[in-house]
Amino acid sequence: MGTTIDGKAIEQRARSAAVRAWIRYAVVAAVLVVLLALVAYFTRGAFLDPGNLINVLRQITYNAILAAGQTFVIITAGIDLSVGSLVSLCGVVMAMAANALPFHGVALVAAVLVVGALVGGFAGFVNALPVVRLGLPPFITTLAMMLMARGLAYKLSHGRPIPVNSDAFNTIGIGFTLQGLGHLFKLPGIPVAVLWMAVVLIVSGVVLARTRFGRYVYAIGGNIEAARLAGIPNRRVITAVYVISGICAAIASLLLMARFQSGSPQTGFGFELTVIAAVVVGGTSLFGGSGTIAGTFVGALLIGVLNNVMNLANVESYTQDIALGAVILLALILDQVRKRIWS
Amino acid sequence: MPEPVAAPLLEMRGISKSFPGVRALDGVSFEIRAGEVHALVGENGAGKSTLMKILAGAQPADAGEIVIDGKAVQIAGPRDAERYGIAMIYQEFNLVPQLDVAANVMLGREPVRAGGWLDGGAARAVAAAAVKQLGLELPLTRPVGRLAVAQQQMVEIAKALVRKARVLVMDEPTAALTDREIDHLFETIRVLRERGVGIVYISHRLEELPRIADRITVLRDGRVVGGGRVAELPQHEMIRLMVGREMDQYYPSLPPLDPTAPVVLSVRDLRSGNAVRGVSFEAHAGEILGMAGLVGAGRTEIVRAIAAADVPSGGEVLIDGKPLHARGPRDTIAAGIALVTEDRKGQGLVLDMSIRENVSLPHLELFSRRFGFVDRVGERRATRGLVQELRIRTPSIEQRARNLSGGNQQKVVLAKWLTERARLFLFDEPTRGIDVGAKSEIYELMVELSKQGAAVVMVSSELPEVLGMSHRIVVVRDGTIAGVLTREEATRERVMSLATTAHGAA
Repeated sequence: MGTTIDGKAIEQRARSAAVRAWIRYAVVAAVLVVLLALVAYFTRGAFLDPGNLINVLRQITYNAILAAGQTFVIITAGIDLSVGSLVSLCGVVMAMAANALPFHGVALVAAVLVVGALVGGFAGFVNALPVVRLGLPPFITTLAMMLMARGLAYKLSHGRPIPVNSDAFNTIGIGFTLQGLGHLFKLPGIPVAVLWMAVVLIVSGVVLARTRFGRYVYAIGGNIEAARLAGIPNRRVITAVYVISGICAAIASLLLMARFQSGSPQTGFGFELTVIAAVVVGGTSLFGGSGTIAGTFVGALLIGVLNNVMNLANVESYTQDIALGAVILLALILDQVRKRIWS
Repeated sequence: MPEPVAAPLLEMRGISKSFPGVRALDGVSFEIRAGEVHALVGENGAGKSTLMKILAGAQPADAGEIVIDGKAVQIAGPRDAERYGIAMIYQEFNLVPQLDVAANVMLGREPVRAGGWLDGGAARAVAAAAVKQLGLELPLTRPVGRLAVAQQQMVEIAKALVRKARVLVMDEPTAALTDREIDHLFETIRVLRERGVGIVYISHRLEELPRIADRITVLRDGRVVGGGRVAELPQHEMIRLMVGREMDQYYPSLPPLDPTAPVVLSVRDLRSGNAVRGVSFEAHAGEILGMAGLVGAGRTEIVRAIAAADVPSGGEVLIDGKPLHARGPRDTIAAGIALVTEDRKGQGLVLDMSIRENVSLPHLELFSRRFGFVDRVGERRATRGLVQELRIRTPSIEQRARNLSGGNQQKVVLAKWLTERARLFLFDEPTRGIDVGAKSEIYELMVELSKQGAAVVMVSSELPEVLGMSHRIVVVRDGTIAGVLTREEATRERVMSLATTAHGAA
């Protein structure tokens, strides 16, 4: 290559693109270091305490798991507004199952998770059906599901939280694991729930980046017509992403249920908004075709850190909402400006 | 008969316009007098649309001037065009389907009462007056979306009248009309002409011009090549002017067709929507079958129906003698059909994906390992091979499709269908908008594919390309096959005549 003038010019362009990418990483890293220093200063070091950092991770677990599922959906240029309600519906159904099923210990946890995944997965299937068959906008179908699932959760539970009688869920609710690793930081270990989050994120990330299915998800979001003409089973792939989002809702719901020892129709209220915020702040385009799970994790982490820092600094909760909204907007504006400048 | 001495209403003088790689208009002069119908004809790509876009203010000219009533004017946008009394009626109407006829006629100039309230009564009165002046009957309170195409067209004309249009440009106004509706349209055009409106009439249907046009201007390759009073310009002369372009492209020599080669594609009475109305033809192994016709004749729809990009509404497609019951592209790809669409950005490429990801997309199963993981090593190897074979100029196979030139993008689209060689290649305008070098390479690839025993169907609006690259030529007109010509029989005039004339007898 590089034998023609044309080739040389292209190579040069590619090289400067690589240089620009590195400059970008350097800028991001520098900004992060400065932010961290500021945060440490304003919280008088409380933020950087290992215990607090683990706490942040634990707090973002639910959001990050839901956001992983939502990332699939948004990459196809869709949206799933029903995840918050699905968390409550799955929680209620799983709590009822936990009290009814004749299993104990790990078997009970597994069985309850299967029940939850069936509920969440089926709801995702129902979300997708009118989208792929009739071309309805997912905004509408998942909005309808959001109302129906919430109503159903209240109906099944008669409006009250359903306490879980078994203690089989204690481990994933409040337990720690990897004690050896934890001791390094003078902690009892890594919360089991955080480990679940890590597994969900890693599996999602690998599926998106490395499998045929993941490739199809990007292709559909990037150009649905080109995808169809390339023989991609668009309907099946789109259905699958909503099912995945529903199953992620079930997993998040299981962790919440385990933590509070009950399934409540009130949990998950408004979750869909922070979930979408995490995905979008993480660099996934609402127009579809681009985005990564790693980005989504960073988005969830950013929102979690912000909440945590404001809590440590004793910022009033209303003010926190204002700040959070402003930061989300700012993040997106900066991202857009960056794209304009670099392209 | 002496020329009418009326001063021109509007003159375009020495208009030139270039796009990257193409000189679309080269010093074109064109004038419209009050009360005449001036037909503008030319092959696909001759420059008619570009000229009219400049008149409408949709595109700026590189050089030249526009003179109205003897004064040079600047038309920088659609608002200017409207101010100077220029109205356009495109093939795709600019109507709001949900609003009623009166509201559409008055769109943007709604009469209002004090306080800014819409005055529906006044709107209907003005609209009714316009409709009456045209000698029409239109249901003023019916939503435009529920009218027939011919009536919608009348709404457009009434709209132009309300805007006091002095020059009305009509692009292929008869394309979607029945014979009776055409008679009706011509009556309306005569009413406008008597009112002193100058009408620019763009049409491919040469046989209708003597009925409606006063003068004709013929464009070819962005230049005016002839024209005059319609009565003095017989149809065969028009066709000769339209097609008389120079060969500017080298075509590879086609290997002779083996008369015993088996039939690969057999199409029987194929129907699809309104655009394909019973089409039958065959393509043999090793054959390049050109598909000629005017824009809108239904060629694209035919190849899309064969590939089940649009599922046909009737008829049969057979591959190697076996009937195909395809429910979508997935089935036709499995049957060995490759469709290279006309619109590479809209339908061919995922622009934000890399060359590698685009190329492997239709055949990703070939690059799959256990659990659905993509075999990226194999994918890279195959992509590199194709990038070399097609001489795609790029620093890396990881380059995004968006960043490639048109010719290289087109090659990536082709490469998508080469990982697993198809039996039948359907090319829709494979060389549109790409440079001469890339064109030659694509022609050679087509010859290579045919040598390997594939059948190739090539839809093209470039007559020289069809003539230079086809063993046989199928000419499409109005969704049906107007004729099939062998390489020996085919001349520009015969193809053009079949494409433009109802009975193909010029």
